[in-house]
Amino acid sequence: MTTKKPAVAVYKFSSCDGCQLSILNMEDELLNLAEAIDIAFFLEATRAQKPGPYDIALVEGSITTPHEIERIREVRANAKVVIALGTCATAGGIQALRNFASAEEYAKVVYAHPEYLHYLQTATPIAEHIQVDMELWGCPVNKAQVIEVIVALLNNRRPNLPPHSVCLECKRRGTPCVIVDKGIPCIGPATQAGCGAICPAMGRGCYGCFGPARDVNTDAMANMLLKMERYPGETARLFRGISGYAPTFRTIVDEILPANEEAK
Amino acid sequence: MPSDRLPDIGSTITIEKPAFNLLLSRLKEEGYLPIGPRIKNDSLIYEEIESLEDLPRGYSTEQKPGSFRLVREKHARYFDIIPGSHSWKQFLFPSRVELFTLRKNGKGWENTTQPAEIPSYAFIGVRACELAAIQIQDNIFMRSDFTDPIYRARRQRVFIVSVNCTHPAETCFCTSMGTGPRVKELFDLSLTELDDVFVLTVGSQLARRLMTGIPFDDASGYILTNVEHRLNHAEQQMRRRLDTSDLPELILEHLDHPYWNEIGKRCLSCASCTQVCPTCFCWDTQDEMSLDGKTAKRTRVWDSCFNPGYSHQAGGNTRPTIYSRYRQWMSHKFGTWKQQYGTLGCVGCGRCITWCPAEIDITEEIAALRNEVKR
Repeated sequence: MTTKKPAVAVYKFSSCDGCQLSILNMEDELLNLAEAIDIAFFLEATRAQKPGPYDIALVEGSITTPHEIERIREVRANAKVVIALGTCATAGGIQALRNFASAEEYAKVVYAHPEYLHYLQTATPIAEHIQVDMELWGCPVNKAQVIEVIVALLNNRRPNLPPHSVCLECKRRGTPCVIVDKGIPCIGPATQAGCGAICPAMGRGCYGCFGPARDVNTDAMANMLLKMERYPGETARLFRGISGYAPTFRTIVDEILPANEEAK
Repeated sequence: MPSDRLPDIGSTITIEKPAFNLLLSRLKEEGYLPIGPRIKNDSLIYEEIESLEDLPRGYSTEQKPGSFRLVREKHARYFDIIPGSHSWKQFLFPSRVELFTLRKNGKGWENTTQPAEIPSYAFIGVRACELAAIQIQDNIFMRSDFTDPIYRARRQRVFIVSVNCTHPAETCFCTSMGTGPRVKELFDLSLTELDDVFVLTVGSQLARRLMTGIPFDDASGYILTNVEHRLNHAEQQMRRRLDTSDLPELILEHLDHPYWNEIGKRCLSCASCTQVCPTCFCWDTQDEMSLDGKTAKRTRVWDSCFNPGYSHQAGGNTRPTIYSRYRQWMSHKFGTWKQQYGTLGCVGCGRCITWCPAEIDITEEIAALRNEVKR
């Protein structure tokens, strides 16, 4: 255990603040967290700021503006360890849907004066811009995983994060597979565990917010889901969601889309 | 029908169905927690039951590769379902169990583990294949040279009411594995459901004693013939076959066959087959520590040979491909299991077939491997 408390900074980029709220929502652990680390910069929690450099930077959000490219470089220069927090930071998030369309078109639809906007054509994960030391997925992140990573850093060991898919978590909590039991499309078999399989436990399919699992059999996933589609294009939509810009999910959709076109 | 008379061990009797609730009350008075099949959120699970009314009366199940459906029927029977993804394994070998908690005490660590309260379970409705699975796990967890205390403490207290299967599912193949559908041993009470009565065979002293005050009749020749007829019919209904005559050699002598790769192309490596399998016993231990560094906890959780983190060691995973993980699973069940424990690791319950989202059917894969090898 280090003698001096590590200084931690929490930053927000393009995001909904949900991951920062997951930290503030720790309730039982929050006081212990404040004991274990020095929260030096966390605007969502307090405007009191301590100057850097920081030991740990927790970064929420994706990079969507030219200014954010500059800011994320400053974050990197100012921190020993950078952790991307949540699926915006690890895969671009839901705003990365623009990567598959025209950002101009979207801007025109939403804003009366899109000419005042300064934005990039794409929403991209933090690791596309700077070196990231660790990625924590989820929309939002699982607070237990945030604590595990901080405890691991405090003790100078690797964090214990599950390498398997959501299916194992469903079975451990006794949730019958929604694909088999209810015919509900679910991308849990291709999705990294860590959430505790909360969606299938509520009787709905996993929509992949924890991002792709390791060693995904993309062909087999696509085949299974295409067979059970409740409307044309459902499989592609499932993969092109919050983690849609993650390379594995992009690959699956690229495989499916030509088939969908042919079917039309 | 004098109520002070008790049935002999080994005898077969009949009770009116509502009288089964008396038996459940008796079990609860003796400190047992009855667990049985019930429907919750439109799914068939194993959970605590209060009375006969909690059982899935009037339901049947339709099972095929990758699909499980509950079907409401016109009958009024309680045990016509064939179990779903749950198995009794989850009570004897829990999916998550705390092993110990340590608390920092000056320079050292103090073991502050609270002794777990272990319920005495009464399993209501254990199928013949499931009894065979329990027997297999007994051999694993209660060996003469090594005994798992968590499993043993739960196992030794279990009261078993077994059920003879009269309506096997399409994915069942217990006749091929020699485990069912007829229950032969290891039960306290063995039940066969007829339309109007439960037929019970008394298997233990405790079961005999629990019958005190419960009205029963000796099973007539007509009833016994009826039971026999239904079980023969169930055997004939079972269409699915697994030829075990050349196992384990078929698998162990062809570990490098290209057919494994064909299965690997279809497998999601999701681990569902291993988790629903009533004999799979792999676990992992997970450590966690509190933020203040003063408390450490070790937990045991179900693991699977399909987990990319399984058998991960210096240099990486010894089975880096999906096909090699599938081969590990199947060659253990139908190959090295025999060398390890003297039996095959499969009881023919069909769960891995029904609950595979990719619809991989182990009986078809073994047959296909056999054909490929012969070519």
